[in-house]
Amino acid sequence: MDIPFNVKERPDTGLYNGKLGIWFFLASEVMLFGGLFSAYIFLRTGVDNWPAGTDYLDVPLATLNTLFLISSSVTMVMSWASLKLNDFKKYKLYTLITLLFAFGFLVIKYFEYSAKFAHNPPYLPSTNNFLGIYFTMTGLHVLHIIGGILVIGYFYGPGSTMWDSEPERFTNRIEIVGLYWHFVDLVWIFLFPVLYLL
Amino acid sequence: MTPEEVKHHIKTYVLVFVALMFLTVVTVAISYIDLGVKGGIALGLFVASIKASLVACYFMHLIDEKTTIYWTLIATAISFLILIFLPVGAFLAQARIY
Repeated sequence: MDIPFNVKERPDTGLYNGKLGIWFFLASEVMLFGGLFSAYIFLRTGVDNWPAGTDYLDVPLATLNTLFLISSSVTMVMSWASLKLNDFKKYKLYTLITLLFAFGFLVIKYFEYSAKFAHNPPYLPSTNNFLGIYFTMTGLHVLHIIGGILVIGYFYGPGSTMWDSEPERFTNRIEIVGLYWHFVDLVWIFLFPVLYLL
Repeated sequence: MTPEEVKHHIKTYVLVFVALMFLTVVTVAISYIDLGVKGGIALGLFVASIKASLVACYFMHLIDEKTTIYWTLIATAISFLILIFLPVGAFLAQARIY
């Protein structure tokens, strides 16, 4: 049985179903992270002295991670544009670069977390409210990065065979993954100054 | 979307990428300027909002989307604002108690 409207647009929404689906999902994600940002404001406004991010966190490493995520966002959208131009080789190249930036982000995050745990005394989520909200928000964000890597990796590897049989549907899938990935970038754009700089 | 339109989009993506890189440097630079806590937060979030708008408008194509998505996002934005202002309300209520 064919799934309707995965390439053609539905007359009532003007969108193919997957695109509306991912925007509904992203709306729920806004509320998920929104709850944590709300908790952050609650914790921060509830005390007289909130630690500066630089007291605990490594700003140069986080800046590098910001540059990695922004770069991965542009390569992600370029991979979609390559498919629109029927250039599958460039799609593969841009997707591979996206994955490398994403892995780079994880590696840097690993070093950041390791430094916290190796500190004497160790900086743990239970140490104070600042570290508690830092680990919660960045930990959830890292889970989203891992999820993104899995899906992008699938469409780089086994999932890419769809290009031969249903190129338009495959292009739409990459657009959907891209929307998710840009959202993950967007969350980091706020996490970076809120936790590290302000 | 025609190939010419896609090529035009690609030029925009590169420009947005350069702008995002520049604004990241600006975000870090203003954290070193002593603007006070409120001033620092306001300016930092202002620059972050510009960056987020660039990503949403151009990489996520929100600048040219269907009304269904806009309505979805308006509902999301209202719910998000309620969520963000809940702690502010709680903070003010606490201030009245003490």
